[in-house]
Order: sequence, then structure tokens, then C-alpha cells
Amino acid sequence: MTMLGNFDFDVIRRALPYLFFEGMRFTLTLTALAAFGGLVFGTLIALMRLSSYKWLGRIAGFYVDFIRSLPLVLVIFWFYFLVPYIGQWLTGASRPITVGAFASSLITFIAFEAAYFSEIMRAGIQSISKGQPAAASALGLTYAQSMRYVVLPQAFRNMLPVLLTQTIVLFQDTSLVYVLSIPDFLGAASKVAQRDGRLVEMYLFAALVYFVISCVASFGVRRLQSRIAIVR
Amino acid sequence: MNYNWNWHIFLEPNPMGTGTYLDLLLSGLVVTVKVSVLAWIIALVTGSVIGVLRTLPSRTASWIGFCWVEFFRNMPLLVQLFLWFFVLPELLPRTAGLWLKQLPNAPFWTAAIGVGLFMSARVAVQLQAGITSLPRGQKQASTALGLTTVQTYRYVLLPMAFRIILPPLTSEFLNTIKNSAVAITIGLIELTGQARSMQEFSFQVFEAFTAATVLYLLLNFVVVTAMRFLERYVAIPGYITGK
Repeated sequence: MTMLGNFDFDVIRRALPYLFFEGMRFTLTLTALAAFGGLVFGTLIALMRLSSYKWLGRIAGFYVDFIRSLPLVLVIFWFYFLVPYIGQWLTGASRPITVGAFASSLITFIAFEAAYFSEIMRAGIQSISKGQPAAASALGLTYAQSMRYVVLPQAFRNMLPVLLTQTIVLFQDTSLVYVLSIPDFLGAASKVAQRDGRLVEMYLFAALVYFVISCVASFGVRRLQSRIAIVR
Repeated sequence: MNYNWNWHIFLEPNPMGTGTYLDLLLSGLVVTVKVSVLAWIIALVTGSVIGVLRTLPSRTASWIGFCWVEFFRNMPLLVQLFLWFFVLPELLPRTAGLWLKQLPNAPFWTAAIGVGLFMSARVAVQLQAGITSLPRGQKQASTALGLTTVQTYRYVLLPMAFRIILPPLTSEFLNTIKNSAVAITIGLIELTGQARSMQEFSFQVFEAFTAATVLYLLLNFVVVTAMRFLERYVAIPGYITGK
């Protein structure tokens, strides 16, 4: 054991404010906003896939299959270089606009996660019995109203554990913004590790933090799942 | 859009002197395939062992299986690769650590083992689900026939379970291919890595990433088609997918 003898806990202690107030804040904000955006767009994509307009369903299906067959790292690179050009096109500017690290990664993760969330929501919508939308339309509700008040709330509720599990995966996946040298939690840990030459301490600590958060979160999801199961 | 498209770039020689830019990307594809296949073998072998452990009546066995899965599932793959690549050599005795660091092609082996172990947790969970989905009578009948536990798994449970979980295993193999791109962070120049270096050498960002995207889609297509044939070949008569 060469390194464990001079394991330097003080390096971690001194870096704590930076790791959590900068790094973890970035990670958690990105996770929360990407999960929310992914859920909204994912639901829209799921509705497109299930709509009676065939071509709408085909476009949505193509998008989902396309995104799901690419590595997230490649998608991160794609959007990092593409978003400035899209921004230029949207705003009519004369040169590609500069997009901040946070905005760029948020757009990437929303676009990426929407594909995965849409599959979950599609399964959720399909799990609702046909009598529900039929009864809604018999009551005179429009398609939008029947979705808004009858189908989607139940689909969301049924799929809540799966959606939360996907959010835990998303939480872990946000660490991949490392490839753009963005200081998320892992990026911050890696910066300190390289500055102080303390790779062992910082990476072990980062692994421990990710592990504890994911474990606690998935334990919570399991509890929620059993509670929902009793209610139904 | 004031971007200078140049699709002929693929036929121009790359600065590494290894042929054209297309050759550069194809060599990346070969690395991606090699790492993914090796990682998949590791994932299948260890994942099967752990999956079986999780279904055994022994408390210790299922506890080991539980810990293995939770350990590899609750950390980002990127962090796991960093642990194997940067941390492990420091924790080992000096000579072993040095040997590990000086290993030729270290990123390749680290990526294969790291991605393999990461995926093994997922394979284990799938296999466990496959085994527990079998009717209880299968196991009871094997016991009644006088088969030992090993024989029961070898001749009765596993041949059934593996065929049942073939479709989810296909998507786990596709995930292995996708996850191999994370190895770019420990310096493995696979397909995404080569697209990135092509972008840095030639400044043709979108051509490079388009080509990488097409190659990933092709790889996906090949795997899905091959697995569909395999599924049909090993389908169990009497099950929905069987004849």
C-alpha cells in the first residue's frame, strides 16, 4: 500500500466548498432542468408517436431511434458545435453566436433525455385502459382536455418510479460534460486533483459522493414504488 | 449558415500519415468494435455468474450479488474508468502499479475491463429476471430428477433464461458499444475520438461528426440484424417468439 499511508484528507476538506457550491450545484441544476425539459418534450414526442397522424408518429419514432443509437459523448460534441450555428440561424446574426457551457449542455441533455423519457411516457400512456379516453370523450372533453385531465396524470403516476430511475441515470450521465472541460462535480474534483496532484483522494471522494447520492435516491424510488403498489 | 462544407475531406490525406481521413475514422471504428466485443464478453461472463448468485438460496451468495450490482450501478461509468485508470495503479504495491501504468495500450484494456464490469451489473439483473420468470416447476422437476444445483442451472434454467432475455441482452450490447465512447476520457482513440481528432486537424466539424454518426448507425443496424437471426434460431417452441 503505497498511497493509503499518505492519504491526504485535508485536500478534500479544503476543496469541499468549491466541490459542492460550484460543482455539485452545476450537476444538480443541470440534472433537475434536463429532467424537467426531457419530461415535457418527451411527453410531446410520446403524444406525437401515438397520434393518429401517421407522419407525425413517424417523425417522432425516427427521432427517438436516431438519438437512442448514438453515444451520449458524441451527442454532447454534436450539440456543442451545432448550437452556436442554430442560434445564428434563429437570431439572424452574422456569425455563430456564443453559447455558455451551461446552456449548451442543458440543450444537449434535454434533447437527449427527451428520447428516453418519451419511451417511458409512451409505455405509461399505453398502460391506461381504453375506457378512460373513451369515457372522457363521452363526457365531451376535447383531445387536449382528455390528455391533460385524464390520461397524462395517470400515466405520469404509473411511470413515476421509472421516470425517477431514469433521472438517477441522468444524474450520473451529466458527469460526461467532463469532455467539454465544464466544472460540474466531477470536473471540479478533477481540476483540484490535477492542481494539487491528488488524483487518488479526489477521484475516490467523487466516486463515494456519486455512490451515496445514487444509492439513497434509488432506495427512495424503491420505497415509493412499494407505496404506489399498495395504493393501487 | 456560414460554414464551409467540404465533403471531399474524407478522401484527403490525414496528418497522421495513415492514409485518408476516412481511413482514420475506420480505424476508430475498428477500435470501437474491438473494445465493445471484449467488454461484452467480460460483461456476459461476470454478469452471468453474478446473476446466478443472486438467484441462489444461499444468503451469502445473494448478498455478494447484491453488493456487486449496487457497486457498479451507482457510480457514473466515467468515474469508474477514472478509478481503474488513475486510482488503482496507485493503490497497488509499487511494482504492480508501475507495471500497470507502463502496460502498452493501457487505455484499451482499462476501457474493455471498465465498461465490461459496468455492463456486468446490468447483465446480472437481466439474467436474474430471466431465471425468476421461469415457472417454479422447472427447478422442482430438476430436483425431483436428482440433478445437482450445478446441473439444474447448466441443463435446465440457464438455457431457458438466456433465450428469454435475448432481446434485452441485444439492447445491452448496443449500450456497450455506446458506452465504449466514454473511454475517450482516458485517452482511447475510438470512433468518437477519431471524429474529434479529424475535427481538430481539418476544422470540418460537421462532416467528421456526420461520418461518425453514420458509422454508429451502421454498427447498430448490423448488431440488431444479427441478433434478430440469432433470436429466431434459438427461439423456444411454445413461447411467443418460438415456432
